[in-house]
Amino acid sequence: MSAKRTASARLIFAGQLTFTLLVAAFLIVPAVLSMMAGVTANYFRGIRSGVTLDWVMQVWELYADTIGRSFLIALSALAVTLVVGIPAAYALHVRGGRLSRLVEEIITLPLAVPGLAIALALLLTYGGFGEFRRSWTFILAGHVIFTLPFMVRSVMAVFAAIDIKTLDEGASSLGASPWRRFRDVIVPNARPGILAGSLMVVTLSLGEFNLTWMLHTPLTKTLPVGLADSYASMRLEVASAYTLVFFIMIIPLLIAMQLLADRGVMGRGRR
Amino acid sequence: MTLSSFLRFCLLPLAVVVIAFFLLPMARLMVVGGSGELGLSAYAAILLEPRYRATLINTVVLAAATTIATLVIATIAGLFLQRQRFFGRSVLIALLTFPLAFPGVVVGFMIILLAGRQGLIGDITSFLTGEKWVFAYSIQGLFLGYLYFSIPRVILTIMAAVEKLDPSLEEAARALGASPWAVHRDVILPALGPAFVASGAIAFATAMGAFGTAFTLATNIDVLPMLIYTEFTLSANIAMAAALSVGLGLVAWAVLAFARTFSGGTVAAAG
Repeated sequence: MSAKRTASARLIFAGQLTFTLLVAAFLIVPAVLSMMAGVTANYFRGIRSGVTLDWVMQVWELYADTIGRSFLIALSALAVTLVVGIPAAYALHVRGGRLSRLVEEIITLPLAVPGLAIALALLLTYGGFGEFRRSWTFILAGHVIFTLPFMVRSVMAVFAAIDIKTLDEGASSLGASPWRRFRDVIVPNARPGILAGSLMVVTLSLGEFNLTWMLHTPLTKTLPVGLADSYASMRLEVASAYTLVFFIMIIPLLIAMQLLADRGVMGRGRR
Repeated sequence: MTLSSFLRFCLLPLAVVVIAFFLLPMARLMVVGGSGELGLSAYAAILLEPRYRATLINTVVLAAATTIATLVIATIAGLFLQRQRFFGRSVLIALLTFPLAFPGVVVGFMIILLAGRQGLIGDITSFLTGEKWVFAYSIQGLFLGYLYFSIPRVILTIMAAVEKLDPSLEEAARALGASPWAVHRDVILPALGPAFVASGAIAFATAMGAFGTAFTLATNIDVLPMLIYTEFTLSANIAMAAALSVGLGLVAWAVLAFARTFSGGTVAAAG
């Protein structure tokens, strides 16, 4: 009986493992294929045709500006979400109550409303402001709205976990002004949440497509916009090399996020 | 400065950014949606006009199919990964969650590499059966793409829920003589109910609004985001595009709000 049971348990284990490996293969094999295709001389003939960096060089010549612009927008979005998000998270946490929850609800809406709708709304409102509409800051506005909830929630999660009110009251009883308490007590204590939120903001901004496709102009293309462009009009090797460049940009960010999560500091801030 | 005025000062940048770049534009979107040739009945046309209704049904069916398939796959894999300890487990989890940060366009490209004209599936099937399967640009390809970006999100939620299950309930069921299958059916799956609702809602809302993947793959398929895009850019039917985006935003928001009241957790879609 028990021998039979362990045999069947082993069979179930093997079945589940095979299934899970197949799911992983479905997700990973195409990513590996695209990385290989980006450095293969001729994808149709396979890797035997030789390994080359020509495609990557070609991507650099064609799309270097999109890579630079994506970093510019991601870092600017980070700067704005830091300045706007950290004080807001602090105020929302300390004030509490129904009004704060309503505000939190409103700023989280852009996660539920599809990017296409937000982009359309921005176009209908600011499309007539030529200077603004043509510059990269128009895209930045969309990215800030999309990434802000991640910063606010990630910082609020830390406040909820470390009893910031007691720390704040302690500093207050020593006569520190609200601004000094914010600078010297609140922000240093919120550091793990700020770090997690920042990684999230930069990663999401670098990969944002749904809003950006509607908001961009031929002179303000970002990396994902360029990717869509190359998927539609370039040979597979160039599209793959471009995707490879994108992977190289975001993989360090993903690994950093994973390490933070393993250390348990992301807590409830994670989706 | 008193604390309460400092807190108000902290919320000021948030108020400015959210009102200027989210609330005002969304209000404008709703107004424009009701100010075209059809007036307010543009909103009714989403359901009454045969072409729009067919697209809406298409999108809902595709999103529902994606949700169900993802839940089944993620539950099998998630239960296994959370319950079993084996060599390489953490690597496998990292691989399964790696595509979380892929933009929709990149997911579309992954499907092209799997099921496109030079795709892996085509190579394998032409080797095995002599017939080359190419379906990246069909509804099956889009379904595969939606699965691709839903599986990582849902697996994470299911694994977190499995971790929180009370093992004593299962032990009690087993002690009372329940078979492994009965334990799963009567104890484990019902206890995972809230996680199914929460992660299912995310998968559904994300699939409804997914633009990037559809943009890369759905040249011939009518799904709601592509309809909005073509109404706006090709037909210049801006009022209808606005009405459709408001409708899409409302559906996505309502599904997530329902899931949140039902499961009590925080739920958000992105991508």
